[in-house]
Amino acid sequence: MIYLDHAATSPLRKEALECMRPFLESNFGNPSGHYEIGKIAQLAVDQARLTVATCLGARPQEILFTSGGTESINSALLGIGQAMHRAGSGNHIITTAIEHHAGLHASLWLEELGYTVTYLDCDSSGKVNMDALKKALRPDTILVSIMLANNEVGSIQPIAEISELLKTSSIKHGHRILLHTDAVQAPEWLSVNTKHLGVDALSLSAHKFGGPKGVGILFLKRGTPFRPLLVGGGQEMQKRAGTENVAGIVGTATALEIANRGASERSKRIGELRNRLREGIEQKINGSYTNSQAVDTLPNILNVSFEEIESDELVARLDEKGIATSTGSACSNALWEPSHVLLAMGVPIRRASSSIRFSLGDDTTLQDIEHVLKVLSEEIQLARLKRTDA
Amino acid sequence: MNRVYLDHAATTKPDQRVLEAMLAVYKEDWGNPSSIYLEGQQARRWIDQSRDRCAALLEVESDELLFTSGGTESDNAAIRGVAFAQRELGLGTHIVTSQIEHHAVLHAVEQLEKEGFEATYLPVDEQGIIQMDTLADSIREDTILLSLMLANNEVGSLQPVQNAAEVAREKNPHIVIHSDAVQGVGAVDIRPSVLNVDLLTLAGHKFYGPKGIGLLYIRQGTPWEPFVLGGGQEKERRGGTENVAGIVGFAVAFDLALREVEKKNTEIQKLRNRLLYEIPELVPDTVITGPVDPALRLPNNFSCCFRNVEGESVLLSLDMIEVAASSGSACTTGALEPSHVLTAMGVDNDLAHSSLRLTLGNETTNDEIEYILEKLPSIIERLRALAPDLS
Repeated sequence: MIYLDHAATSPLRKEALECMRPFLESNFGNPSGHYEIGKIAQLAVDQARLTVATCLGARPQEILFTSGGTESINSALLGIGQAMHRAGSGNHIITTAIEHHAGLHASLWLEELGYTVTYLDCDSSGKVNMDALKKALRPDTILVSIMLANNEVGSIQPIAEISELLKTSSIKHGHRILLHTDAVQAPEWLSVNTKHLGVDALSLSAHKFGGPKGVGILFLKRGTPFRPLLVGGGQEMQKRAGTENVAGIVGTATALEIANRGASERSKRIGELRNRLREGIEQKINGSYTNSQAVDTLPNILNVSFEEIESDELVARLDEKGIATSTGSACSNALWEPSHVLLAMGVPIRRASSSIRFSLGDDTTLQDIEHVLKVLSEEIQLARLKRTDA
Repeated sequence: MNRVYLDHAATTKPDQRVLEAMLAVYKEDWGNPSSIYLEGQQARRWIDQSRDRCAALLEVESDELLFTSGGTESDNAAIRGVAFAQRELGLGTHIVTSQIEHHAVLHAVEQLEKEGFEATYLPVDEQGIIQMDTLADSIREDTILLSLMLANNEVGSLQPVQNAAEVAREKNPHIVIHSDAVQGVGAVDIRPSVLNVDLLTLAGHKFYGPKGIGLLYIRQGTPWEPFVLGGGQEKERRGGTENVAGIVGFAVAFDLALREVEKKNTEIQKLRNRLLYEIPELVPDTVITGPVDPALRLPNNFSCCFRNVEGESVLLSLDMIEVAASSGSACTTGALEPSHVLTAMGVDNDLAHSSLRLTLGNETTNDEIEYILEKLPSIIERLRALAPDLS
């Protein structure tokens, strides 16, 4: 099996599982317990927090563990939005039309609560236009939430530049405009240093970088107004209630450290393979359109449309040949409709409905890519023939 | 003596069979359940099977069950979800709960009070049980939700959820009833049809399952709005890639907890009763907290207060002799305030600060209980000798 859907999920790293096991087995204590195995668990959570903080260029107190990317993103938008609103700073939020559904649905919920949300479009490369952002800023803007790298086409947004713009605007408007970024797709490929990015909040999901499912990270810069989403016990510095998923947290930290440490080498190596895939497709397959840009794009993602092909049919054909790919976001697969990301980029519906996403991973090899190219061109030929026959 | 773990109400050690099931998922079936290719579909099957298994055990429909990140999320989601949906229907804004709920319920209700809802917190008697007439009086025409825990985590008192549901529904047919059954699994009948509740909260790590996974039962047709929003997972009711290994572990643990229930409860209760009856005889000025009648109490819970002793120093002394115990809820350990549960039961502040909770589990042995009974009296005596006379 050749797995080219790392943007949906990645295998749990062996190192992460090894670190998790003791906390599923003998060190099962509740970190709030005032006895040895409770303290061991608390120490492990503290250590994991420190590791994550180091990877993100943050302080340990700025790191919260959640149940996943979705909870982190929900918490950031609802938590910061509501706290800023309560402080009287306004109720306008700016985001983009190409965010993950966790961001989009949280924004819709805020609209229901009476907030105003501006959804920025993007250009054909999947990038947000800085001028459009500038124009959207208002005196009552409290929060801007823009993803660092898109999960469907891989476009990377200029977060550091956006941060600079917001700082200037904050001074002009006399109150802070906070910046959240959904960096879920980034850690294996880019720096997720919160200082360099200049963000107030950043969301991560462990299973996207070799950690376990069911754990997420929310970076909240010190002093960021925040109203917790989950309330109850005093865990996570009173910002996220619930008994800590100790094993999951430990596995997350281990995976993030590995992902972070190897990011630049991995990006270079896998970027070359992705480029080979792109070139191969362009050379071998007629009627193909690359929806991912060559620059400012995650090195592991390639989104391509093929004329006269239905996305889901092609994904199914490739699956039968042992190649796992995706029509776009895994989360929307159940209810299939053309990708909101491609539509926002101005891709015509027909082309959007014939797109598939290849997302490579740390373990992808050149042989994999050559094999995929061969199978892909055969399957597309077969699909097109079948279509002509019908 | 090996370490003696007597804090099963805080968390439990995952069963070996739970671990094996989870490890298989971690190693082999790590696909995203939303993906349409083989790896994803295998993960999807694991989730479906686990959900069906839980549904069968609870005697409910599979699509009435929602996997969450734990008891706290289930409680929060139940309370906020029902409150907003019921208000939207114009049915009112009044919520009834008890003063001794877990903080995941209490804080969610308090938060709603800041958002325009009204709340009544039912008092409890000295045993930690709500009174039916107080409950009946509290239910109004605009009461939209009753949230009542099945078994208290600190003193083990069992609430008459079934009766309460009947009384509440009689007074207001639109009321929605939620029960936090986090502590009840394996000890009490938690089938929603028996309890007559619309929503039920469970947490995996309280019954030898993994941490980070919970369940929320929502009876079909119950007004409810989602809490975590995003992808279309859990039938559009809870966004987020599913914690497949956690879900599988939950179902295995749940199955074991319900199937092996009777035998264990009898054994555990027998051991617990030794603490309940012998500690007051061995240690002067012991005040048992919670019901003395075993029928009104979780079979594994022992809790008491020792006059003129600091609870924290009891815990430290026990830790030094390799015993893990708690002063009450793990989540509030470290807080200086006395337990809200003990306060609600009318225990005075001084006495409440001397609380000890021992919660037994499947692996608890008679030797361990003997050890406690042997060591505890001298610990309390020594601490009392050291402490200034407060009386």
